[in-house]
Amino acid sequence: MIGRKNPAGRKGLSALALISAGALALTACAGGEDTGPGDAPQELVIGLSADVDNLNPWTATHYSSVEILSLIYGTLTELDEGLEVVPGIAEDWEVSEDGLTVTFNLRDGVTFADGTELDADDVVASYESIMDEETGAVSATYLSTVDEIEAVDPLTVELTLSSPDAALPSKLALSSTAILPADVDLEAIQTTPNGTGPFTLENRTPSESLTLASNPDFWDGEPILDRVEYRVIPDEQAVVSALQAGNVQMATFDDPLVAQTIGGTVDVIETPKLDYQVLQINNQAEPLDDVNVRLALACAVDRDEVLESAALGAGEVTGPITSPAFLSDPSDRPCPEPDLDRARDYLAEAGYEDGLTLSIIVMQDGYPSTAVAQTENLQAQLGQIDVTLEIEALESGNYVDRWMAADFELALALNGSQPDPGVSYERYFMAEGSLNSVAGYTSETLEELFVQGREETDEEARAAIYEEVSHELEYEAVWVWLFAPYEYTALADNVSDFTPMANGSVRALRDAYID
Amino acid sequence: MLFRLRTSPVARRIAGALFTLFGVSVAVFLMLRAIPGDQITAAYGVEAAALSEEQREALRSYYGLDQPLFLQYFTWVGAIFTGNLGYSMRSHQSVWDMTALSFPVTLELAVLAVLFALLIGIPVGMLSASRPNALRDWFGQGVGLAGLGIPSFLLATFLLGIAAQSWGFNPNGLGYARPWEDLWLNLQQMLLPSLVLGFAIAAPIMRTTRTAVLEVRSLDFVRTAKAKGVPASRLRWRHVLRNALVPVVTMTGMQFGFLLGGAVIVEQIFSLPGLGRQVLLAMNQQEYSVVQSTVLIIALLFVIVNLLTDLLYRKIDPRVRAE
Repeated sequence: MIGRKNPAGRKGLSALALISAGALALTACAGGEDTGPGDAPQELVIGLSADVDNLNPWTATHYSSVEILSLIYGTLTELDEGLEVVPGIAEDWEVSEDGLTVTFNLRDGVTFADGTELDADDVVASYESIMDEETGAVSATYLSTVDEIEAVDPLTVELTLSSPDAALPSKLALSSTAILPADVDLEAIQTTPNGTGPFTLENRTPSESLTLASNPDFWDGEPILDRVEYRVIPDEQAVVSALQAGNVQMATFDDPLVAQTIGGTVDVIETPKLDYQVLQINNQAEPLDDVNVRLALACAVDRDEVLESAALGAGEVTGPITSPAFLSDPSDRPCPEPDLDRARDYLAEAGYEDGLTLSIIVMQDGYPSTAVAQTENLQAQLGQIDVTLEIEALESGNYVDRWMAADFELALALNGSQPDPGVSYERYFMAEGSLNSVAGYTSETLEELFVQGREETDEEARAAIYEEVSHELEYEAVWVWLFAPYEYTALADNVSDFTPMANGSVRALRDAYID
Repeated sequence: MLFRLRTSPVARRIAGALFTLFGVSVAVFLMLRAIPGDQITAAYGVEAAALSEEQREALRSYYGLDQPLFLQYFTWVGAIFTGNLGYSMRSHQSVWDMTALSFPVTLELAVLAVLFALLIGIPVGMLSASRPNALRDWFGQGVGLAGLGIPSFLLATFLLGIAAQSWGFNPNGLGYARPWEDLWLNLQQMLLPSLVLGFAIAAPIMRTTRTAVLEVRSLDFVRTAKAKGVPASRLRWRHVLRNALVPVVTMTGMQFGFLLGGAVIVEQIFSLPGLGRQVLLAMNQQEYSVVQSTVLIIALLFVIVNLLTDLLYRKIDPRVRAE
């Protein structure tokens, strides 16, 4: 690469010249840190395959909407690159001795895009709206422990909880809990967003492009990039072409083969995601209500093979918890390596020596593109223990309907996840959880562990609790966790200081610049 | 009898067109609702499962999904008669405003594609017909087969990739430019997509031209004209081609329907914000009223083009008028 771009290499000069050129390049790099951006226009174009569908941060769920909204709106807390909770609009916060009162101290001088100053009333009004059923907010359940919100003074907000919730600060970092003005008109913000984030909406042409301008009044300093344009390019190959031709400087892919074809002056960064690919088991009906049948499946599945052969190696084998701070040990499971003999023993114990037939639903037209191939691979693997897998490849709408109604025996799913394991799994495995009917499993042990996890504030003690959660989920073979997929971020090599994050956040655009 | 002859074909045509539009409206309305999922699941994905019953009810009434089917249908149709085609929650625009932006894109694409198709199809068809079963005929037939056989999406992806990778030519990656904003960039952006679409419909035009020219050439008047000493080129263009054009025009009109369908794929690959993309996006979001109204607009266009085609060949061929 250096040889091709460096005229010295072409002219065939001595190796010495190359070395000194390399040294120069190194000094240039080191210098770049200090000097920052040069005279290059600070305009970044990002290729987006799906247009934004909703600019209301409380109800948006599509990744492209969430990504853009997180740049426009601010939250009380934020997650840094390591997914640790750091201050946002709130400068700091205190939790009372009994864990039932959380007091947030707001930053002074935070303003909305329209110039009005943010105060405690806006925070109270926002959280109350989120908790109101009428709003249809995604985060309503995250605030279920909140009994009362009070503006103590213009810069202090006090949350009274019904039970301690150690994960609360991490929940308040999600853009679905963004702070909007108290007198917000939810229809108006669809076209004129009014947030406190590092960027403001400059212009939007639906299904064509959306342009953000840097916010000079952002509390953490104005971003270096003057403008970020999200350009809608629906076809994946067309995004590749746009990157090659230099029309677009950044885009994300889930398919490593596509990412590799770009070449040229575009770097590809591989980021393990918080999301996880899982073989979901409906534990409520025969024969899958028998733990031995589930353990047989868990022992027969070769996760490495699914990942390497069907999913193009685009991920990492994982246990239930994918968050870096609480990462499950993937070998802490009944069969760390596939063990067909044990799988057959489990089947025999359940009374299925002669095998059985199960059906599995899979989305054929969604993400990841390899879902059907993975299912076929599982079919072949389970065939070895005489478990016949009947594959139902469904159109996405149909799949979602069946999934929501828990109308399946097995489902291959790509589930979203949050930095806090309690936030990720309480909704599935606590009886009161909003997705418990889909997961179809709960136990006293799990319920107790989740409650402990909420009440415990010590980081290490929490990690130990969620290790037990992970252990319990694996040894009861509640589901069969497969792997956490990678996301591939293609980035033109003149874009500096951008780091993709495991939760898909583009927070680093605040610091990014163009050389 | 004379009265019937003069007015009834037009009246019958308009009645037929209205009936077609009615049929399309019912069909698209019912088909959309037969697709699993609704606007809520399309908007929330699997997160929809996490919504509480109250939240779901609130959303259902927000999207108008809590009304009985026939009421939803008549609300939609009734609104159309008052000039309200519906509203997109995704783009926060009325279907009118969306269509005002997207229709010119597809129209330009379609016109340019037809132009390319005629420029390729008619000469190649005439070349083929000039000496049937000779080498040039095989060549012409080969072009026709290629046009029919190569799927548009493949050709589009191939051309886009080659142009971007080899020459760094990818005007479509720059964001769509409307002709009145930047005509030169706009034409560059239209070049590949209209070529791809045009190539696909050049094939049937070429084959129709070939057959029609061969047929006309064997007619008596051609022999007479030749005997009277009309020069060969004048004979070919003025006498044979003019008379062979009727089926070609019909075929071109019919291809327009294909064009609107093919536009969905080509607009998707070349990032053109046309009618095809409008339908596709609305479909993915299950925005019922947007899909319904846009499909109805496309059906209306199709009906109009067919009417125009009829009128055009009445103009070309006086015999049709006489009938």
